[in-house]
Amino acid sequence: MYDVAIIGAGVVGSAIARELSKYQVNACVIEREEDVCNGTSKANSAIIHGGFDATPGTLKAKLNVRGNFLMDELARDLDIPFKRNGSLVVCTKDQDRSGLEKLLEKGTSNGVPGLRIIEREELIAMEPNLSDDVTCALFAPTGGIVCPFHMTMAFAENACTNGVKFFLNTQVDTIEKNGDSYRISTLHTDTKNKETFEAKVVINAAGVYADVFNNMVSENKLHITARKGEYCLLDKDAGTHVSHTIFQLPSKMGKGVLVTPTVHGNLLVGPTAVDVDDKEAVNTTASGLDSLAATAARSVKNVPMRQVITSFAGLRAHEDSDDFVIGEVKDAKGFINAAGIESPGLSSAPAIAEMVTDIVKGLLPLEKNPDFVGTRKGILRLDTLSLEERNKLIKEHPEYGNIICRCEMITEGEIMDAIHRPLGARSLDGVKRRTRAGMGRCQAGFCSPRTMEILEREVPMSIFDITKNGVGSNIVVGYNKEV
Amino acid sequence: MSETTRELTCIGCPLGCSITVTMNGTDVVSVTGNTCPRGDAYARKEVTNPTRIVTSTVRVEGGISPMVNVKTASDIPKAKIFECASALKNVVVTAPVKIGDVVVSNVAGTGVDVVAAKNIVAK
Amino acid sequence: MNTYDLVIVGGGPAGLAAAASAKDHGIDSILIIERDKELGGILNQCIHNGFGLHTFKEELTGPEYASRFIDMVLDRGIEYKLNTMVMDISADKKVTAMNREDGMFEVQAKAVILAMGCRERSRGALNIPGYRPAGIYSAGTAQRLVNMEGYMPGKEVVILGSGDIGLIMARRMTLEGAKVKVVAELMPYSGGLKRNIVQCLNDFDIPLKLSHTVVDIEGKNRVEAVTIAEVGSDRKPIPGTEERYTCDTLLLSCGLIPENELSKSAGVALNPVTSGPVVNDSLETNIDGIFACGNVLHVHDLVDYVSQEASAAGKNAANYIKNGKEKDAKIVEILPVDGVRYTVPKYIRPTEMDDTLTVRFRVGAVYKNCAIATYFDDQLISKRKRPVMAPGEMEQVILDKKKLGEYPDLSKITIKIEEA
Repeated sequence: MYDVAIIGAGVVGSAIARELSKYQVNACVIEREEDVCNGTSKANSAIIHGGFDATPGTLKAKLNVRGNFLMDELARDLDIPFKRNGSLVVCTKDQDRSGLEKLLEKGTSNGVPGLRIIEREELIAMEPNLSDDVTCALFAPTGGIVCPFHMTMAFAENACTNGVKFFLNTQVDTIEKNGDSYRISTLHTDTKNKETFEAKVVINAAGVYADVFNNMVSENKLHITARKGEYCLLDKDAGTHVSHTIFQLPSKMGKGVLVTPTVHGNLLVGPTAVDVDDKEAVNTTASGLDSLAATAARSVKNVPMRQVITSFAGLRAHEDSDDFVIGEVKDAKGFINAAGIESPGLSSAPAIAEMVTDIVKGLLPLEKNPDFVGTRKGILRLDTLSLEERNKLIKEHPEYGNIICRCEMITEGEIMDAIHRPLGARSLDGVKRRTRAGMGRCQAGFCSPRTMEILEREVPMSIFDITKNGVGSNIVVGYNKEV
Repeated sequence: MSETTRELTCIGCPLGCSITVTMNGTDVVSVTGNTCPRGDAYARKEVTNPTRIVTSTVRVEGGISPMVNVKTASDIPKAKIFECASALKNVVVTAPVKIGDVVVSNVAGTGVDVVAAKNIVAK
Repeated sequence: MNTYDLVIVGGGPAGLAAAASAKDHGIDSILIIERDKELGGILNQCIHNGFGLHTFKEELTGPEYASRFIDMVLDRGIEYKLNTMVMDISADKKVTAMNREDGMFEVQAKAVILAMGCRERSRGALNIPGYRPAGIYSAGTAQRLVNMEGYMPGKEVVILGSGDIGLIMARRMTLEGAKVKVVAELMPYSGGLKRNIVQCLNDFDIPLKLSHTVVDIEGKNRVEAVTIAEVGSDRKPIPGTEERYTCDTLLLSCGLIPENELSKSAGVALNPVTSGPVVNDSLETNIDGIFACGNVLHVHDLVDYVSQEASAAGKNAANYIKNGKEKDAKIVEILPVDGVRYTVPKYIRPTEMDDTLTVRFRVGAVYKNCAIATYFDDQLISKRKRPVMAPGEMEQVILDKKKLGEYPDLSKITIKIEEA
C-alpha cells in the first residue's frame, strides 16, 4: 500500500514527487511512457513566464509568479539549465498600445516584479532584429528560458534518489475507490503484465488524460481538450537572432507566436494553437509549419527559417474552465487533481508541487524526511571544464575523450552517465533529452548507430530492443538477409 | 516467328538514350534510339545476356568491424542476382580478411567467385 | 604543443589523396586526423561498385577504392590519428582535437587542409509534416546500419529523393530482403546517375515517381504509412494526387551539405550556394594557409574528382609551406551566370596558377543541346557543346595560363550556359 500514487511523470508529477520526497512518505509515480518527460512536458515553449498574462486571482496567475520566483534556487540545487533572459511582448503599429498597458496592470496586480513599457528606440537597442512595425513592448525582466527535459528529469531523479519509486511503461487502465484507499489497475505496455497498485492518496497529473482519470472517480466531470502547438527549432547559428523571448500582443489576428532563444542556444519559433480530437495527435501539419514563418515575421524580421533543423508538435491540456484544476476532488476523498495544466504549466510546476503537497499534508500525517538530499548534479558538461580538468577526467575515464555526437560535441562518457544515473536513459530519445546527443543539426544521422552500440553494451540490451522512444519504436528489425 | 520490341535506357553516359531493340526470338533485328556505338553494344548485350556485378556484405568474426564488403569477381547473369545474394546468407569469415580473398567459390553455379572487397584487420 | 607542417582534417578520400600528394611534393611533417576507427571515410560504407573508373580504369567498390589511397598513405609513412575529433581550428592554424588516449590537445600547423566531407540533409531540415516515429532514416544512416553493422532498419521501404545514395540503398535493401515500394523525387528529373536508375530501380521493378514529395508520415511509434503527392512547377503538392503507401521505413536522400562548422570557427568565408569555402586557384580559403578539398568544399558526383582536387590541394599546400604566398598577385573573379550555379575555384591568380586549371561547377537545371561558354571580360574565349547537362553531374572548364597571360588587363571571367 502506497501512501501516495502519482499518475504521470511529466514536469508536474515529477515536481510533486520531489516535493513529497522531503517527507517520510511511501510514494510512487506511474507513467505510461518509457521515460519521464514524454508528453506535454517535452514539447512546449520551454519558457519560465513572468506571470503577467494570467487573469489576476486565478491559479494560473498565483502559481506562475510563485513558480518563477522559485526557479533560481531550484536551478542551482538541481543543476537545471535556466536563464532569466527577459521577455518582451511587442506591440506593432497597427495595434492598440492599450493592450500592453492592460498587460502591465494585470502583471502588476499578479505581483510580477520589474515590469515596464519600453519605447522603440530603447527596444531596438536591446533587440535589433525586431520588426520595423514594432512600436513598443512590455518588458518582463524575470521571464526566463529553461530546458524542460532537464527540469523534469532533475525533479524525477531527485525524487527517485530520495526514495520515490517510478514505474515506467505502466499504463493506468482503471482507478477504483476501495474503502479508504484507491485501487489502480495497470498494464505494462511492453510485457503486457497487469499489476494493481493500492494507494491512500492518488494525485492525477496525467496531462491531456487527466479528465479521463478524474471522471473515473468523480461525478464532477472534467473535460480536457488537446490543443496542438507546432514549433520549428532552428540551428544554433540562428540562436542569437534575438536574445529575449519575443511574444506578440494578442490581436484579432490571433495570439501570435513567440520567437526565443533556447537555453541551449538554438532559436525556437512557435506555437500554433489548434484544438484536436485525438490526444495522441502530435503530428505536424504543412499548414501549421507554413504559418509559423509568416506569423513570426510580425514581431521579428529575417528569421532565418532556412536554418530549421527540426519541427515538432506538443499538446496543451486545456480544461473547459480555462484555469488549472488543482485540489482534492469533492466527491472522491484522497483523489487530488493537478489537471488542466496548460501554459504556464512549466513555469508553475514548482508552485503546483508545493500546493499539492500542502493538500496531501491535510490528508496524511507527513513527517520530515531526515535523509532528504535536496541537491542533484546533472550530467557533466565538458565545455564547463578547463583544459586541465578535462584532461584529468579523460585520463581517469577515457570515454570522456570520445566524441559520439559531432554536432553537439557530446562524448561517450556523457552518454554512459545518462544511462547509469537514476531513471537512466534506455532509448535514443532518452539519451538525446539527457545529453543533447542527436539534437543538433544532423538530427542523429551520425550518432544513432554509435549511441545504439553504447546502449547495447551499457544497459545491456539487445540491439533489436533499442527504441527511438519506447515500446514499438524499434530502430532495427533484424539481421541482414533475415527480415 | 513474330518480332518483339524491348525498351531500354542506355547507361553509357548521362544522356540516357531511350533505345528500342527489335527482336526475333532471341535474335536482335535492330537497335534504334541510341546516339553512339556504345549504346548499340549495351542494348545488344542487355537483351541477350544481361549481367551485373553483385556486391554485398558477410559477417566477420574477430575483426575490428562486424561486416566485410564482398563482390562477385566478375559480372554474373542478371537472373542470378537473388540466388547469389541468398548464397551469402549464412556465410561467416574470420579476420584478418584481405581484398581478393575468396569468400564463396562458384557462387550460384555461375562459375564466378565471391571475393572480399575490403581489408579487415583482426581485433 | 606539437607542431606539424601540414595538418589534414579528415581521413576520407579527400584527406588521403591530399596527404599523399603533399608528401610527394616534399612535405614530411604531416598529420591526418580522422574521427572514425579506420581511414577511408564514407567510402567504407559505400560497398557498391563503380568507383575509380577515371583514376584506376577499373570499377572498384568504395572500400577497394579507399584501400588504394590508404595504401599510398601507409607506404609513405604518413602519420595519422584515428578515433580523434577535431574540436576547433583557429585562424592562426592551431588545431584542437580530442581522443581517448591523448585527451584534448593542440597542434600547431603551418598549413591546414580541410577535408571533413559532408552530411545529409535531415528530415527536420526538409520540414516534412507528420508524426516523428522511428523508421525515418537518412539514406546514409541506413547504409551504415546495413553495410557496416549488418542490421536492417526496416522491411517495407519508401524512399524520398533519387540522389545516388537513395538509389543505391533501394537496391541494397531489396537484396537484403526488404520491399522497396517507391522512390519519390521532388524535381522533374533524378539527381542520380542513369546507370543507378537502371541497375538499382529498373532491375528490381521499383517505381520512380518524379515531381513527387512526401506530404504525410503516419505512425506514432514506428512508421506505418507514408503519403506522397505530385508537385506542380512551384514544387508545392497538388491536392487530390495523394497516394498512401503502407511501410515501416522512410529513407531520405535529399541532398548533402558540406560540413563546415570547423571552417567557420577558423573564420573561413563560405559560399552560400555550395555551403563550402570560397577558394582561389590553389584551393586556398580566405585564411592564408588553410586549404579545402573534397565534399567539404562542394559536393562531388564522382570520387575520382575528389581525389584529383585533393591531390591539387596537397600540392598547393606543400608549395605554400615551402615558398610562402605571393601577397601582391592579381586576383580575377569567376562569375557563374545563366545556369551555372557556382564555380570552384571562385578566384584565380593568373600569375600564380598552374599551367592549366580545372574549374568545376554544377548547372541549375537540365539543359539539352546547349554549350558551356567562357568569357574573358566580354570576349568569348571558348564554347563547348554538351548534348546534356544535369544538376546531378559536375561540369568543368579548363583555363589555360598562357591564354590568360594574353589578357593582362582582365577584370573578370564569366562562365555561362548558352544555346549551342
